[in-house]
Amino acid sequence: MTPTLKISQLTKTYAGFKALDAVSLTVEPGSRVALLGHNGAGKSTMMKIVLGLIPFDSGSVTVCGAAPGSAAARAQVAYLPENAAFHPALTGEEQIAYFLSLRGEDPKRARDLLDRVGLHAAARRRIGTYSKGMRQRVGLAQALIGKPRLLVLDEPTSGLDPVSRRDFYALLDGLASEGAAVLLSSHALTEVEARTDRIVILSQGHMVATGTLGDLRRTAALPVTMHVTARNGYASEIAEALPGAIRVGADLRLSCAQENKLGILARVADLGEKVADIEVVPPSLEDIYSHFSRRDGQ
Amino acid sequence: MNRILATAAMEFRIALRNRWVAISIGLMAVFALVLSAAGSAPTGGLGIDRLSVTVASLTSLGVYLVPLVALLMSFDAIAGEVERGTLPLLLTYPGARVEILLGKLVAHLGVLALAVVAGYGLAAVAAFWVDPASASGLPSLLRLTWTSLLLGATFLGAGYALSSLARRPSGAAGLAIGLWLGAVVLYDLGLLAAVVSDDGGWFTTDLFPLALLANPADAFRLYNLAASEAAAAAAGVAGAAKAIPLWQSALSVIAWPLLSLTLAATAFRKVTP
Repeated sequence: MTPTLKISQLTKTYAGFKALDAVSLTVEPGSRVALLGHNGAGKSTMMKIVLGLIPFDSGSVTVCGAAPGSAAARAQVAYLPENAAFHPALTGEEQIAYFLSLRGEDPKRARDLLDRVGLHAAARRRIGTYSKGMRQRVGLAQALIGKPRLLVLDEPTSGLDPVSRRDFYALLDGLASEGAAVLLSSHALTEVEARTDRIVILSQGHMVATGTLGDLRRTAALPVTMHVTARNGYASEIAEALPGAIRVGADLRLSCAQENKLGILARVADLGEKVADIEVVPPSLEDIYSHFSRRDGQ
Repeated sequence: MNRILATAAMEFRIALRNRWVAISIGLMAVFALVLSAAGSAPTGGLGIDRLSVTVASLTSLGVYLVPLVALLMSFDAIAGEVERGTLPLLLTYPGARVEILLGKLVAHLGVLALAVVAGYGLAAVAAFWVDPASASGLPSLLRLTWTSLLLGATFLGAGYALSSLARRPSGAAGLAIGLWLGAVVLYDLGLLAAVVSDDGGWFTTDLFPLALLANPADAFRLYNLAASEAAAAAAGVAGAAKAIPLWQSALSVIAWPLLSLTLAATAFRKVTP
């Protein structure tokens, strides 16, 4: 399958500062790739290069088989900017109708698109009166115009409430199942966890990790934390059985590598009645994210 | 073509809602009426009809107001999009940048046309009311109208170019006012001062006519005053109108909009959102 987006060895320098350093990435049709990183990690720069809005120094970028920003590429790529903004004097319907005309589609479909993103009631109100979340929905509506083959979404869920966020990902699932490739960025791994096929973590212009969430978990190999609660009076006995555990009142905490997890659980099970409860806490998504984005000299 | 028209329709709607349409029409109408009223002294001595005299006055009005209105509408065109953050998204849509520019031009020129027709129309009605023989001045009025639109297009293009270069509305506004002062007001004063100090020398005979042709506002005035018989009714720099062949001022009036729009397109192409 020819990839929808192919980036290889992409480098971009701003006044001596490397915003992107030899980044390579491929996005296949129908796959959803999440770009994670701190502010200034290079996510927006990369997206703007893919869209052809800014030039790059070296490497190569191919968008739908064409050069980024070329007429052929623009016809097949949709973009949702971070903090989508529109002219405040226009209504949502007029704005979407305009974008439809620019893509050569029937402007009368504006109402349908706004319905799809839940903006039916406000379609005839001026965008100047919209909340941030509503503007974000207008931005999303315009990104749905004309079956794009690649969607570039810069922090698409910022400003959306949890329910809208879920609706948004449901929309994306639909588009991806029809063969659209999605490249979206986010600050938070928790947000993209279940809804993307692949995660790419950028840090200071470098690609520090890539893979599915499972891959990242394995590569990071962060320790598992266990909380063991002792029955009355047995805390010291349990502490002896579990070397390395830290005692906090009746609770014992210990952390261990992934591969030792089962052995420790077996030992806890041997203690039988002395243990009131055990809780196993895997490394959180934020832990994994911090692990990768900090490894790069932070 | 559809994209240009879609952009034009949207920009016109924005101009309507921002009251630009109302402001431009009001401005032109009020000034045209004031001029008609002020110029209502007897004209029998000149032996020409009333409308031709009005056209001479309107030429002096248009040369100030048309560039001003054009610059006021255009300085925000690109810088405003940059500031609102709407430009990056717009530029990811299909269509060339020049199509966006042309769409804006069509809309702004439409607003200007409404204002010019309203203002000049009112003045013409006033002239006919006073002097029924005004019909012989109609060709001059028509010429004044289309040259005003070309003058407007020139300054709209200049406004877009400044807007692209400044990238911020406040900076673009400053540049636009500077251009208006320089090209429309100070340029003539400077020429006049030079002519006076030159006292009929090389500057007055050779460079002065070229200097007039090089300025779109002066070329507009020259062309309208020389073409109509009304040069006698005008004074100042315009008195030079007779010395310059008509085709030269006509060429300048037609070439300037093309030049300024080329500049605007070049400047806009260099904008990185």
